[in-house]
Amino acid sequence: MDATQRTIQLLLKPGQHDGEGHRVAEAAQRHLGLSTGRVQSTALYTVRYPLSGEQLRDFATHCLQDPVLHDVALDEFRHGAQYKSYILVAKLPGVTDDEGISAQNALGDFLNQPLDTHTQHIFSKRLYFLEHELPESSLRRLAEDLLGNKMINRFEVGPIAQIRDYTPRPGGGAESITNTVPLVGLSDEELVKLSKDNLYALNLEEMRAVRDHYTSIAEERQAAGLPQDPTDCELEIIAQTWSEHCKHKEFSAVIKYRDADTGEEFEVDSLFKTYIKNATSEVDRQLRANGNDWLIKVFSDNAGAVRINPESLFVWKVETHNSPSAIDPYGGAITGILGNNRDPLATGIGGAKLLFNTNVLCFGNPEFSGTLLSNQLHPRRIFEGVRKGIEDGGNKSGVPTVNGAIVFDDRYAGKPLVYCGTGAVMPMQLAGLDSWEKKIDAQDRIIMAGGRVGKDGIHGATFSSIELDETSPATAVQIGSPITQKLAMDFLILATRRGLIKCSTDNGAGGLSSSIGELATISGGAVVELEKVPLKYPGLRPWEIFVSESQERFSLAVEPAKMAELLALGQEMEVELTDIGYFTSDGSLDVRFDGESVARIDMEFLHNGVPRKVLEAEWTRPTAQEPALPANLDYTDVLGRLLGNLNICSRESVIRQYDHEVKGRTIIKPLMGATGQAPQDAAVVRFNFESWEGVAVSNGILPRFGDIDAYDMSAGAFDEAVRQIVAVGGKLPNLSYGDGNFWSVNDNFCVPDSVYDPATNPDGKHKLAKLVRMCQALRDATAAYCIPLTSGKDSMKNDFKADGVKISVPPTVLYSMTAKIEDVRRTITSDFKQADDVVYLLGETYDELGGSEFYQLFGELGANVPKVRFEEAKALYTLMGQANDNGLIQSCHDLSDGGLAVALAEATFGHGFGADVELSAGLPVHIQLFSESHSRFVATVAPEDVVAFEQHFGPRATRLGVVKPDSQLTVRHGGQTVISASTAALRHEWTNGPVNRLIGFGQHEATQVS
Amino acid sequence: MNEQPKLPDLNTPPRPQLDHGGPVTDANGNLQVLGFKSVDAGHETTQPLGHSQAATPFKPQVKALILTGFGINCEEEFAAAYQLAGAEPTIVHLNQVLHGHVSIHDYDILNFPGGFSFGDDLGSGVVLANKLRYRKNAEGRTLLDDIKQFIANGKFVMGICNGFQVLVKLGLLPNLSGNVTPEVTLTHNASGRYEDRWVRLKVNPNSNSPFLKGIESMEVPVRHGEGRLIIKGEETLAEIEDRALNCLAYTDFDGSPTDVYPHNPNGADLNCAGLTDTTGQVFGLMPHPEAFLSLYNHPDWARRKRQNPGLSEEGDGLRLFRNIVEHVQSQTAALPQEASQFSS
Repeated sequence: MDATQRTIQLLLKPGQHDGEGHRVAEAAQRHLGLSTGRVQSTALYTVRYPLSGEQLRDFATHCLQDPVLHDVALDEFRHGAQYKSYILVAKLPGVTDDEGISAQNALGDFLNQPLDTHTQHIFSKRLYFLEHELPESSLRRLAEDLLGNKMINRFEVGPIAQIRDYTPRPGGGAESITNTVPLVGLSDEELVKLSKDNLYALNLEEMRAVRDHYTSIAEERQAAGLPQDPTDCELEIIAQTWSEHCKHKEFSAVIKYRDADTGEEFEVDSLFKTYIKNATSEVDRQLRANGNDWLIKVFSDNAGAVRINPESLFVWKVETHNSPSAIDPYGGAITGILGNNRDPLATGIGGAKLLFNTNVLCFGNPEFSGTLLSNQLHPRRIFEGVRKGIEDGGNKSGVPTVNGAIVFDDRYAGKPLVYCGTGAVMPMQLAGLDSWEKKIDAQDRIIMAGGRVGKDGIHGATFSSIELDETSPATAVQIGSPITQKLAMDFLILATRRGLIKCSTDNGAGGLSSSIGELATISGGAVVELEKVPLKYPGLRPWEIFVSESQERFSLAVEPAKMAELLALGQEMEVELTDIGYFTSDGSLDVRFDGESVARIDMEFLHNGVPRKVLEAEWTRPTAQEPALPANLDYTDVLGRLLGNLNICSRESVIRQYDHEVKGRTIIKPLMGATGQAPQDAAVVRFNFESWEGVAVSNGILPRFGDIDAYDMSAGAFDEAVRQIVAVGGKLPNLSYGDGNFWSVNDNFCVPDSVYDPATNPDGKHKLAKLVRMCQALRDATAAYCIPLTSGKDSMKNDFKADGVKISVPPTVLYSMTAKIEDVRRTITSDFKQADDVVYLLGETYDELGGSEFYQLFGELGANVPKVRFEEAKALYTLMGQANDNGLIQSCHDLSDGGLAVALAEATFGHGFGADVELSAGLPVHIQLFSESHSRFVATVAPEDVVAFEQHFGPRATRLGVVKPDSQLTVRHGGQTVISASTAALRHEWTNGPVNRLIGFGQHEATQVS
Repeated sequence: MNEQPKLPDLNTPPRPQLDHGGPVTDANGNLQVLGFKSVDAGHETTQPLGHSQAATPFKPQVKALILTGFGINCEEEFAAAYQLAGAEPTIVHLNQVLHGHVSIHDYDILNFPGGFSFGDDLGSGVVLANKLRYRKNAEGRTLLDDIKQFIANGKFVMGICNGFQVLVKLGLLPNLSGNVTPEVTLTHNASGRYEDRWVRLKVNPNSNSPFLKGIESMEVPVRHGEGRLIIKGEETLAEIEDRALNCLAYTDFDGSPTDVYPHNPNGADLNCAGLTDTTGQVFGLMPHPEAFLSLYNHPDWARRKRQNPGLSEEGDGLRLFRNIVEHVQSQTAALPQEASQFSS
């Protein structure tokens, strides 16, 4: 062992249950078929800080050891005599090590010394001992598949007699030099190669635009003493700013659309402008005409903002973090949720208080048993890692995860979709200024706050804008540190309320390049002094510092006069603040290192110089037909199979590992009722403890309907989110003059590569046509319901390529909706409340089994995809709001996956009630039971309210039957019993579905087990 | 940023108002309660907070100090609990106390909220407990020195979840020996998982703690991954039982203590959910009473309200806070003070 390096090992005392070791052994057997025998887990802390032997021992025994649980070994790897093999899991250089930093914090307290926690002195590792002697290849497989990820961990394995240690030594890399990249005179092929080699993710036309720009300003640059060719940093800045991720080039493109069936042709001048922004402008016009002026900030900041009341704003943002989650599911997801948290935090001046998180996840089948492609992770592993990332990201930040959804489809097996949403509340005024405004003047200082900069996450923005393949770079992976961000968040809340910050933005994709580049558009320029940026370790090139996406950082604009007070507050709250330059108004982004120019770019070219794309879309309706189903189906059996189906079954094992009620404000949680097992439609959260005002939150996502028609899929997803909010007692906006009933919606499109290429993407035109149709439906839906979009995101290259195979996600759109709830005490939950209450179906059922879960059971798609009838839906939702005002509704559950039959069953899960239901004549029984027609609900009504209820709803309500005390669900049709089941048995099927069997009960990513 | 909306953002001027989340400074400009946060999430209402009816203006004001910072995250609902119970809560950043800017002795109840202090990467509560034990202020005193004095002065300490873990790792609970060394521990749940679920607790009828006076049982959520109490040695276990320090037990639906998952969510020894010290002044528990201040926090609120429309809108958890606030009030009122003649 290194003489300056000491090791502390913590082992469980004999007789203490080694839960982690046990789970490793079990998971190795279950998932890899490896028999390890008994596994012992131990924790290692390598200390690279001068300590005497006595200090080391005292530190270990007083600070790290739990005297009830642990034995301590110093400078040895102690193990039981029966163990034959070992696996050491360490972190690669520069990977976030919160556990090591925590130990270091403890050491500083123990020694009563200020110990710089930004230089790492203590490194945490795990050391496992295995009873069986396994070959190195098996040990390595176990390590890579169960204990860590080779993108972030270093593994040492072998026989126990030869334990090799490993401690990362980050840095020691590059000198701080800046190179120029010759562009002038490069051929087209050379330009494309340059873009690909450097991961610029720019296409030929864009590369040409850059080359031509530099050619045209050659003289100017020479006069200014700048090199004629662009510097590496300049090209990186341009690549990041022009990336699909940051610039949304395809949503801004000109699209030539052709309907091959009808011959109709038209041109779309930017999907974003045409279908999203203009639609919202029209909605806002209608709202304001009716005295509803709550729409405060849309599309122009990190998150959308609406007014709750004269004192406060509600801020709402949903984003995706797909590509990183495919490579390192844990790191990708935790970075996703923490990164999304920073958006509301850094909206306007900044300092919103986070109220809740949501997440919607799309995965491949976790029971996949085929062969994986190179570097493709198993869907179960992606699921488990993402779940754990969301658990730590939310729980450790003290933000409740109030709801979500999980969608399974084999086409998500290459690239999962990880949508993270965050709602927050901000005062309308911060220190006397409008909180939502971003104002910056020349000479204001640029302050970087929070974490330090390392090589992690370099090229995240450009990397997420291209397809994944087996060579995707390790530097694109980052791991969030919730504790670092929590400190920065607490700081930001205080500093903004004291008026110390003029405005803030987060460092996400593109790092400083993106955050300063964007803020600089407000003042008209900036000077950045990169040598001042604090690094995690030496050895970063200037351009790497500028584009690194190291997490937990904010960029702040601060008036020079406020600097002293701000720095003092940062010191008190232990948040690192660094002055890294100032804003200017000279129209250029000027980046320097030790006084030398590293990049100097004209802001106009940087932000508006990207050539506009022209894309082609061609729509042909897929040939689909309704299937012939087996006769004499046993519908009780079908219902049981549906409830145990991957896309319908209970997610309780996932939900319960998220804290959904920290802050004490959650009124409708994902699972409710006396059993805690009744699934709910939308979450409801109070804003505070002083009033009963709150917000309802829902998610609409229906990718499988897109296989028949992307328009209906998008319209249906929008309606699904609206009706979930209506189900819990939310009201549509703008129903009466100045009702102040805000809605705030985020759209998130995740589609496969939709740019036509005859060789690599022959069906690109069809995919793009689907996207256009999805956007058309969005416009129609916002207009019909008068519901505005406030922010959104698009992720355009959700393909995974390896071994010559491409796995592309189905075109997917998520609508994440929030709506004001006047009084949370009047909200409605989905479960039946009392025997003898009368059960109604609200809304109409159509012959619409296309894309249904019922057809999926038989491997069929069908043709009759559910359509949204906006007028009828809006009328019904309006009636429901009135009925709830009059207290007429006791329970309400929206109809979605699995139709009426599944909704009825789920409504019994809260308390052990049953129901007696008689279906009307008319449509065939399987359509009535399983059709997924939109805009429908199952509601119950107290017997004394039946007359008023039927009068109110008229033909929109169909009486189905009554709630029974006897835990029996009986459905009849035309005198015949078609379903007869014990609700306890149905709940058992649902609870013991594949998700609860597979997920959350096995081994976590061991790097995260403390 | 490049997309400027066509929407007029500026035509809804808000009413100017003060944000009460700001700092308080003394005459010399020193920050008094840096880190103070308002109880709400940024929304300021014109309505006064609904105080307890019992808290008449004549009763002495009970002051509760609530620590935050470094990953603590349940401080706002903790403060709301005290406010609803008629006390005056103050939230301060831990460094304010550690650096001596705020003295715990100016308060009646010291509170350690839940959360993930310092990320909990070394084991829940470990780093924070370590800081309280070893980090010395300018006068060379640790915060633990002050807490010992605080308890000796007859005052109260409460820890919830991560705060309970801190008190246990510090040795303030159960502190049978009286010399504040760890005697028990809280570690990973038997399930190996973090879980958020509601449980029923039974109060040990022999507990002497004023926090639990008159309470027989309560429903509360647990939200933890390391809540399994492990007691080292039969003697310690017997003494804890004999002195009724195991003040709360997880029970099944009929109210009997149970070791069956999920009613007992973590597999704790003695099915124990909370501990007091021998004086009853120091109290800690894994579940979150501060998350059940209103009926509408309960997962079954809608059905219960349907069955009994007159059901109280208060949650079970609030009773704990009312208890301790009333106890401190009666203690203070019993002292020969001017105000005592006016109190009822």
